[in-house]
Amino acid sequence: MHLAQLNVAHLIASLDSPQLADFVANLEPVNAVSDVAPGFVWRLKGGDQPTDTVKHDYGDDLLINFSVWESRETLWNFVYRSPHLPVLKRRREWFHRVAVPYTVMWWIPEGHIPSLEEGMARLDLLRAEGPGPEAFTFKEFYEPDGAFASY
Amino acid sequence: MESDELDAVGLLSDPLRRKLYRFVAERGREVGRNEAAEALGVQRTLAAFHLDKLADAGLLETDFRRLGERTGPGSGRPAKVYRRAGAERLVSLPPRDYRALALMMAEVVDLLGAEEEAERVARRAGERLARAASPADKGGDVAALLAERGYEPYEEGGRIRLRNCPFRMSAERHPLLVCSMNLALCQGVLAGLGVSEGAAELDPRPGECCVSISKNNES
Repeated sequence: MHLAQLNVAHLIASLDSPQLADFVANLEPVNAVSDVAPGFVWRLKGGDQPTDTVKHDYGDDLLINFSVWESRETLWNFVYRSPHLPVLKRRREWFHRVAVPYTVMWWIPEGHIPSLEEGMARLDLLRAEGPGPEAFTFKEFYEPDGAFASY
Repeated sequence: MESDELDAVGLLSDPLRRKLYRFVAERGREVGRNEAAEALGVQRTLAAFHLDKLADAGLLETDFRRLGERTGPGSGRPAKVYRRAGAERLVSLPPRDYRALALMMAEVVDLLGAEEEAERVARRAGERLARAASPADKGGDVAALLAERGYEPYEEGGRIRLRNCPFRMSAERHPLLVCSMNLALCQGVLAGLGVSEGAAELDPRPGECCVSISKNNES
């Protein structure tokens, strides 16, 4: 099984505004790190340009990341143990704080490319019912067999 | 307290065993029996005996690797190699549980959205560490002070890298908060030692501390 993850962020200003300039400047290098990271399988791209963000109908202020990984560990190492971390640390400069979960994970069969609708439905499920085997987080993680894993 | 923990730590009371454990830990990679025996100037069989004792207790992890260049028939059996185990051994008499408390505090910071305050607190803690440092460390030897705090510094490409994360367990649970606080703490240490605090940056690698420090910026 592979691990799918989707996260959303609410922009404080439009992507072409000066406030977001540093974020946009980091898109290409960070995407380059993810695409060669151990365990990286796939990510939804917004276009051919490295700075293209995912296009969607969920509101202009919403930025969506959607990717597939071989395991929890490989995803964790990309998010928190790569040049992605210093960029993530600056998230408050670019995104609003939200009180609801903004990131969700779930297991998919290898080779399956999930749709954006499927990903957003998983996020809705997490927000509605809390973490479970069908929609979970790093902190409240479930193994492919449905077992809760304490990390 | 788990008696396993005491047994494991108790194994290190043997001086040679403790040297072997340190040697493997400081390499930061897999170590073969020959390498360890030669480094400590003891018989290979004696080193192997003690390395296996450490592995049995879970202080070291083992694997089998072909260490030479040759592969295929005639290259011999794979050699047993050892590396430090990732599991933590915590012994406290009487029992204390600062880990559970740290995790609860981290959740409070998260609920309050108090990350910036947490970083300021960490920075001040770093400055205090530098103030309390021995006169030798006050000479600006950042690595020596960080070594004392358990970071296990080593040099690579003009930077001081830190092999061990002293906050590993809480960093795995709350990575953004703990790594940000750790960076602020290291910057506080640098400032307190009179070194440019910009020398410390978030520069994480799997299995290591999230901070590295430029040597060029040292005063």
